[in-house]
Amino acid sequence: MDFSLTEEQQLIVETTRRFVQSEIVPLEDDLDPDAGALKPDDHDRLLAMTQAMGFYGLDIPEEYGGPGLDTTTRALMAIEMSQHRAGLYNPCYGVFGGAGLAQLYEATDSQKERWLYPTLRGEKKGCFALTEPAGGSDPARAIQTRGFKDGAEWVLSGSKLYISGADKADYALVFARTSDDPGRNGVTAFIVDTDTPGFHVRRVVHTLRATHYATELHFDEMRVPEENILGEVNGGFAIANDRLSRQRIPYAAGCVGPAIKAQEMAIDWAKNRETFGSPLAEKQAIQWMVVDNEIDIRHARYCVLEAAQKADSGERFRTEAAMAKLVATEASSRVIDRCIQIHGGVGVTKDLPLERWYRELRIRRVGEGPSEVQRLIMARDILGGSFK
Amino acid sequence: MGIRLDKSWENLDPETIASLPAQLGVYHVADENGTVLSVGYAGARHLFGIRTALEEELRLHGDRASKFRYEFTSNYQSRWDELLMLHVYDHGQLPDHQRAEENRVGRLSPN
Repeated sequence: MDFSLTEEQQLIVETTRRFVQSEIVPLEDDLDPDAGALKPDDHDRLLAMTQAMGFYGLDIPEEYGGPGLDTTTRALMAIEMSQHRAGLYNPCYGVFGGAGLAQLYEATDSQKERWLYPTLRGEKKGCFALTEPAGGSDPARAIQTRGFKDGAEWVLSGSKLYISGADKADYALVFARTSDDPGRNGVTAFIVDTDTPGFHVRRVVHTLRATHYATELHFDEMRVPEENILGEVNGGFAIANDRLSRQRIPYAAGCVGPAIKAQEMAIDWAKNRETFGSPLAEKQAIQWMVVDNEIDIRHARYCVLEAAQKADSGERFRTEAAMAKLVATEASSRVIDRCIQIHGGVGVTKDLPLERWYRELRIRRVGEGPSEVQRLIMARDILGGSFK
Repeated sequence: MGIRLDKSWENLDPETIASLPAQLGVYHVADENGTVLSVGYAGARHLFGIRTALEEELRLHGDRASKFRYEFTSNYQSRWDELLMLHVYDHGQLPDHQRAEENRVGRLSPN
């Protein structure tokens, strides 16, 4: 495959890199090492800059006012946007805007008016409520939240776990079992306003990711109008699954950025830090770690760009997206671990971003489908239908 | 596991503060009636962790602040947000000098 960048892609990458280095990184010097947000004035100023640059709402489809980036360019930007302390889970602190829940682009016109467009205007926030206490890797079978029809309404009861942003969301995309089918054909997606009676955010779930917590939700006989169903009754899993596949490429790309930045830091440290009369860079143990880092970074970047190019060309990319997610999360974790080792004591302090990347990358091997599920997806594709 | 910060109150004075380890965590500062004046955290930017944060609280509230309770945690950011949400749930609003945080924190209905 040809991974050389077009002139336009090169310009976008350089512009994004300059923005991160000159606008984002300096602000982090004054923020808490685990900060998840910029000061409001800084956020608004930088948001105005990205809008002026034509880069606002990167993931919004062009027909809805987005910049119309292809997946490859978007992945290249994700690699650049994540090269700062908060970059893994909060690239550039959100000043490039969000796209809302991708599933809403499949909504009816009236649903779009009510939830999608206000989200794109920054007036509403949504959250994605799929995972349950019974499991998240096999959501089609794990969903125990029940929905039954009562007149013109559906009544939902159950709970969800590890849901990001529910405490601040105006609406949630809730997946519930609506038939006796125990698998993927019995799940319906509902758009639920979070002020609906019976919608409860019961607790914060603290994780390795110290700023952006998850939440646990309880639904207590929550009544939802029929018109709030997204897609078809019992057709909700296809909607959820589509999102899970599409998300893997930018998710993987965002893991590569911190690895690149950590490698730069480690090389600089190794050249300047002396032990036993010579720089660390002259020790074979360090040299091999740096080389192994480079192999991991290039491998991850290759997989991400290969998946992105396949997606852009309209080919099937499920295997490549799963491989990119698996390789990028695992390779970047190894890189950060080695960079901490090269730095020694300072590597585990909050003086450097390495410890935050180390903690947060560990989640990446679980979130959006753990490594084992990615291998399962690839095995199904490689071994063919009989394996299913 | 309870989610409220319901540890015992301690006197907020320089001697007690100086006796604390320089760790990261979250805390309540209250007046003598137990009215919470601050829901705060001691983060990595506080030079001596909770000691520095509580010294700042003493300077902010002066004689009004008479006691505090705390919890050590490296997840001080998310635990702080949780305590802010709980405070809003229990009291309808945050302490006066923290009202601006109400625009940022989410909603919790723990019971």
